[in-house]
Amino acid sequence: MDEEEKMGEDTQTPVEGAEHEANEVVAGFVSDQEPVPASTEAAPTTSGSQLGGVYEAVSEGRAFDTFTHDAMLEKDDILEIEQFDLWYGTNQALYKNSMGVPEGEVTALIGPSGCGKSTLLRSVNRMNDLVASVRIQGDMRLNGDSIYGAGTDVIELRKRIGMVFQKPNPFPMSIYENIVYSLRIDGVRDKNVLDEVAEKSLRGAGLWEEVKDRLEDSALRLSGGQQQRLCIGRAIAGEPDVLLLDEPCSALDPIATGRIEDLITELKGTYTILIVTHNMQQAQRASDYTAFMYLGRLVEFGPTQDLFVRPRLKETEDYVTGRFG
Amino acid sequence: MAKSDPLPPLLQTRRRSSLFARGEPMVWMTGGALVLSIAMIIGLLLIVIVRGGQTFWPQKLKKVARVDGTYLMGELTKTETYKPEDFVFDNIQDPDDRERARAMVAANKGRSERRFIRTGNRSPENREDFMWVSDFEVKQESFPEWALTIERSEWGRFYGIPTAFYIGEEKAADTAEGAWTLYEQHHGDLVDKWTKAAEIEKEEIGDLNDEINDAREAAKGVALEHGEGSRQHQDALAAAQALAEKLEPQLDALRGRVDRMRAESGQYQFLLEDASGKAHRVRLVDIIRAYPANRAGWWDNVGTYIARWWEFLTDEPREANNEGGVWPAIFGTIILTMIMTLIVVPFGVLGALYLREYAKQGTLVSLVRIAVNNLAGVPSIVFGVFGFGFFCYTIGAGIDQVFFEERLPLPTYGKGGILWASLTLALLTLPVVVVATEEALSAVPNSMREGSYACGASKWQTIRRIVLPRAMPGIMTGMILAIARGAGEVAPIMLVGAAKMAPDLPVDGEFPFVHPERSFMHLGFHIYDLGFQSPNAKAAEPLVFTTTFLLIAIVVALNIVAIWIRARLRRAYIEGI
Ligand SMILES: Nc1ncnc2c1ncn2[C@@H]1O[C@H](COP(=O)(O)OP(=O)(O)OP(=O)(O)O)[C@@H](O)[C@H]1O
Ligand SMILES: [Mg+2]
Repeated sequence: MDEEEKMGEDTQTPVEGAEHEANEVVAGFVSDQEPVPASTEAAPTTSGSQLGGVYEAVSEGRAFDTFTHDAMLEKDDILEIEQFDLWYGTNQALYKNSMGVPEGEVTALIGPSGCGKSTLLRSVNRMNDLVASVRIQGDMRLNGDSIYGAGTDVIELRKRIGMVFQKPNPFPMSIYENIVYSLRIDGVRDKNVLDEVAEKSLRGAGLWEEVKDRLEDSALRLSGGQQQRLCIGRAIAGEPDVLLLDEPCSALDPIATGRIEDLITELKGTYTILIVTHNMQQAQRASDYTAFMYLGRLVEFGPTQDLFVRPRLKETEDYVTGRFG
Repeated sequence: MAKSDPLPPLLQTRRRSSLFARGEPMVWMTGGALVLSIAMIIGLLLIVIVRGGQTFWPQKLKKVARVDGTYLMGELTKTETYKPEDFVFDNIQDPDDRERARAMVAANKGRSERRFIRTGNRSPENREDFMWVSDFEVKQESFPEWALTIERSEWGRFYGIPTAFYIGEEKAADTAEGAWTLYEQHHGDLVDKWTKAAEIEKEEIGDLNDEINDAREAAKGVALEHGEGSRQHQDALAAAQALAEKLEPQLDALRGRVDRMRAESGQYQFLLEDASGKAHRVRLVDIIRAYPANRAGWWDNVGTYIARWWEFLTDEPREANNEGGVWPAIFGTIILTMIMTLIVVPFGVLGALYLREYAKQGTLVSLVRIAVNNLAGVPSIVFGVFGFGFFCYTIGAGIDQVFFEERLPLPTYGKGGILWASLTLALLTLPVVVVATEEALSAVPNSMREGSYACGASKWQTIRRIVLPRAMPGIMTGMILAIARGAGEVAPIMLVGAAKMAPDLPVDGEFPFVHPERSFMHLGFHIYDLGFQSPNAKAAEPLVFTTTFLLIAIVVALNIVAIWIRARLRRAYIEGI
């Protein structure tokens, strides 16, 4: 497949909203001509006018700028998403998404089902290249390097980004081989290196004590929670810069979920984590920053406490308090 | 408490529903269809197993005196009831006998039993070795104690009672028992000696002849290179002639030795009397196996039965394939199937990989897929014709032109051979493998592929490390189906190299050990040959069943191995046990 060409050179925007929103100012929001959205001062606090703003823009198929809290501007971002659009065929799934993911901290993506959280997450390590119908516009940067630039080596990119999926997907091989998979594909043969990485990653994933005596067993025989931690271990074995977690706990019971949340807290600092979750409590417990997405738009992005306790936008408040979505 | 209404009688008033809605007819229909298919398969297998299994069991020898004054002796092969026409009674000379026979048939409502008796004793004068005997023509029956069943290396079985034993012209025994004792004493050694003579003839004399032939062929090569009649050609011819002359005394000595060995061992002979009292001489060296059928106990029969199976499985056929074994056919079948599998599986898997993993799904790929599926419906003889035209006459002839010019006009690769047959069968079974592999590939969950890509694996690494192992059991299924289809296929291989008789195996001890150009024997073709091409169809009939039995057993065995491997793979890669 020649995804690279397909993705790289695409510039046209079939969706009307994307075209005529230029120069238009939605109440309270600045158009996308300015890359950095208006500061907090410029944006009014929660009021009736924003209510119309987001919903109206959405119903007209327009993009608008994210309400980004001031606190975010001071952070060092390891991953920058810049005016990112994405289409599945002719359906636009992401509209001018822009955000910076702070280094070494946990950022959560929340939003109603189907709003594009997974799509955005999968765009970061270009997993969407595998979907033939996808087209994109805009770019992302990892440590300043363009992700969608013409010269990007997708394989290298994915090695720098670990990913854990909603459903545990261990490979049909032994626990050990699962963990060292990313080293195997790099051609590492040295048993000492492999053993060391396996132990370190399993410890990192909080699984070492449970499986150290059965490393040669098939990974498919682990429980769901263990499998998910194995997948986390597999993702961190390659020592990535960023870890993407797409609803990692949705298939697990509360106890397994708790362990994974603890794990996320432990991994914080070593890795930058971007996590999608449907669970508000989880987002509050585990994340430092939260972005609220709605129908392909990034609506509000700020420190988790602020977003949940004092959301600036009415729409965010509606969602986090469970009034819709 | 308030008065409550009685509950509606839910359970009594069952709502009327059609028979079909309740589905019972479907249960009967589906179950019935299954039972019918299983019954047919089991019936077929039973016939093959029972008839194939009893072929080699030794029968008692019955001597029958018929009312017309003739005698016959042999093994009973089958019995049936028929309605004799009236004229058959006219053949009975004696009026009393005739009336008795008529009365017997009339008492049986115009029917009579008759038996089909294998009377053997074929010779240039007597080519009839099976005979029907109706019950009403039987005057007397007996089981002569010393009647021998003799399996000869030529002319099939001989049934007779020994009267004497000769070594040369000297009579060494003149009773049946004495003759039998001498037979048991000498038979093994004589056969060894006889075989040795054949070996010398084939190997030592053969080697010398090969040497001379090689020199002559070299001369032919020189002629091609330097021109016919050139000086070099003359020299080469002279050298070949000199070699032939030099080796002549050696050859003569060997031939003399062989002749002496043959003459010596040929002196030991049975004198036997057949059913009608006629005397026959049978040389011991012509006897494969003999036993006094009516004296033999159950264990003796078991011994004979096993010995015959052993011969069948390990020996070469004799007598237009009616006697002897089918080892070359077993070997040919297995090698053919193995080469076919080695060719078709990699090709089919690669093709399916491209179709499923690399090709952009669209109209073209769909068309290719449909074409591959339809290939499975092409009659197999068409593949045979194609293989014959393409492999033998185009590629094979080309190879001959380039590498085997000096042997022309005799073809080396430009005729049917086991390689061409394997390739033809590989083409025939390709769709099976492609379809099964594609299915296996599409059954690999996408989440596994994604997991691998997310780890930074390339497409090929993902296929090799994740997709292929996981799809392996499904690929094995394709292989099993291909083996089952290929091993039993007869029509195409008839055109591309299967032979009625192929004395040299495609793999042997002769350099270069593997001879892919040789024609080969095949069990499926052997069955056809025995059943429809045999000069002595009656004698061949039981062997048809035995050979079928064997072919089925081999296919089942190959499948069991493949299924076992598949089960292991499935446990390892899918269930994770
Ligand atoms: N492979 C695909 N092809 C076409 N459309 C897709 C594909 N994947 C997702 N979409 C569409 O893109 C939109 C966003 O989907 P996405 O999976 O990103 O949502 P989500 O926010 O992750 O939802 P959820 O919380 O239910 O997982 C949806 O409308 C969905 O139908
Ligand atoms: Mg999702």
